[in-house]
Amino acid sequence: MSIDVMGVTKRFGEFAALRDVSVSIDRGKLTALLGPSGGGKSTLLRIIAGLETPDSGRVYIDGRDMTEVPARRRGIGFVFQHYAAFPHMTVWENVAFGLRVSRADKPTTKRRVDELLDLVHLAGLSRRYPSELSGGQRQRMALARALAVEPRLLLLDEPFGALDVKVREELRAWLRQLHEQVNATTVFVTHDQEEAMELADQVVLINAGQVEQVGPPEQLYDNPANAFVMSFLGATTRLGDVLVRPHDIEVLADPSAGTHEAMIERVLGLGFHSRIDAVLADGSTVTVQLTRAHAQQLELRVGDIVFLRQMPGTTVTPAPIPASDDQVVGR
Amino acid sequence: MGSRLLLRTGALGYLAVLLLGPVVMIAYRTFEHGVAPVWSALSTPTAEHAIYLSVLVTLISLPLNVVFGLVAGVAIARRRMPAGRSVNLLVNLPFAMSPVVIGLALFTLYGRGGWLGDWLSGHGIQVLFALPSLVLATTFVSLPFVVREVVPVLEEIGTDQEQAAATLGASAWTTFWRITLPALRWALAYGVVLTAARALGEFGAVSIVSGNIVGQTQTLPLLVEERFRNFDAVGAYSAGFALALISMFVVAAMTVLSRRKEH
Repeated sequence: MSIDVMGVTKRFGEFAALRDVSVSIDRGKLTALLGPSGGGKSTLLRIIAGLETPDSGRVYIDGRDMTEVPARRRGIGFVFQHYAAFPHMTVWENVAFGLRVSRADKPTTKRRVDELLDLVHLAGLSRRYPSELSGGQRQRMALARALAVEPRLLLLDEPFGALDVKVREELRAWLRQLHEQVNATTVFVTHDQEEAMELADQVVLINAGQVEQVGPPEQLYDNPANAFVMSFLGATTRLGDVLVRPHDIEVLADPSAGTHEAMIERVLGLGFHSRIDAVLADGSTVTVQLTRAHAQQLELRVGDIVFLRQMPGTTVTPAPIPASDDQVVGR
Repeated sequence: MGSRLLLRTGALGYLAVLLLGPVVMIAYRTFEHGVAPVWSALSTPTAEHAIYLSVLVTLISLPLNVVFGLVAGVAIARRRMPAGRSVNLLVNLPFAMSPVVIGLALFTLYGRGGWLGDWLSGHGIQVLFALPSLVLATTFVSLPFVVREVVPVLEEIGTDQEQAAATLGASAWTTFWRITLPALRWALAYGVVLTAARALGEFGAVSIVSGNIVGQTQTLPLLVEERFRNFDAVGAYSAGFALALISMFVVAAMTVLSRRKEH
């Protein structure tokens, strides 16, 4: 299913969650809606699902205007951050729910539920209640439940947000595999750029109710549309009037074309990497990341004068003005 | 350790003096002279009718309050009602008002010269001094219990489960029966117990609107009071004990029923 969101605006009281958002999501792809908390990405997903109604704008699914169609008739599967398990039903009954309300016959229901429980590795736990499952197991059950009705569109709202790191990583790999197997269009919301970069074919970066950039992860990383995209997808530092990644800065002992003179303020060895903080003539601090071997070879010491420039061919964006924060931005 | 013991003894002693003492006392006084006088006090036509009437009124107002409580509870908790906050306050009114005042208010509305009283009697419907007034008064005073039990549970479980059911193709009606109602079963059971106990014991409002006609509109609490006033100690204790027994039966039945539903 392809999704086309056209000029959608959504307010909650005074707060504008989405402002005139238009975005297209391709059929069959695994797409991430990425952005900081409160940026509007979950609202966009819920509008696509029909769980929220936009104040203005339209939602098309496969070219059909679905704006007024209720969630239950959109042919979607939805997975909630906190699982939304039905606590009074067993795992088996949870997964069977969608088939039962759509009056599928008993043999079909049984076959389909058993298949899905196999797929999510919960076959042995089918008689348990959700309260007897771990978080990761509950989320796998929720996924199986959503897949039972054979949705053309699978929507996941921060699906791994409530899980601990190890389980999250397992489930990520597994979601990618699942997406290939079930052959649906999949859209998931995340605030974790690493999760989006690792999983998604396509990333929609949303901030303050607007779409900042849409594209494959490498494209967003290598050709960020603006300083926000650049700083959201990785560490950045300000060098003169551009933002650059700390590992894309070259440290030279002598002045040369396009270099900035700086005094080393701090040298930190962090395992494989070394981090150097240096102060420019305008008083701003630049962070440089280089391999430890390289740092030792340069014999950098606090108080030394060095000359910095961005390596040729690296990604830069104009720095935001005024410089609100000249330290390292991001994670 | 010492302070904990003191706290426990204090709490238990307080409960014993305040709650257990009176209950034990009425049981003791009731059976002071054996079972025979109790049996004869409870098997008079007056007493039998009072028991029957109290149970009947409770059985009518209970389902009314369960249905209203569920509808109002969902409307309040899911903010689907205009002026939901005022409705929420209004629902508490029966708690805040003295039952006697409620009785008086119903009397002025349904009595002669009241807004509804004249219209209804014009259509041949007698409300005051008859079964409808008993049901009205009892339903009024016991109205908040189900709502008050249901709203916090609805707020706590949130809307995720209901929305999940919707995305799986369930209609609003199916979602209510299969998802919302099962989640509310404990709250509802507790609300039913409280409503029934309150309805059985209702005295103030009923004593005003019923007219306290022996053998017609006299409920069990009214009978207890009348016998007490007429210095019929054994009769009053027996009727009072019967009232307590019915209430305890309701509580016990509900406990057993809800335990059976547990998995």
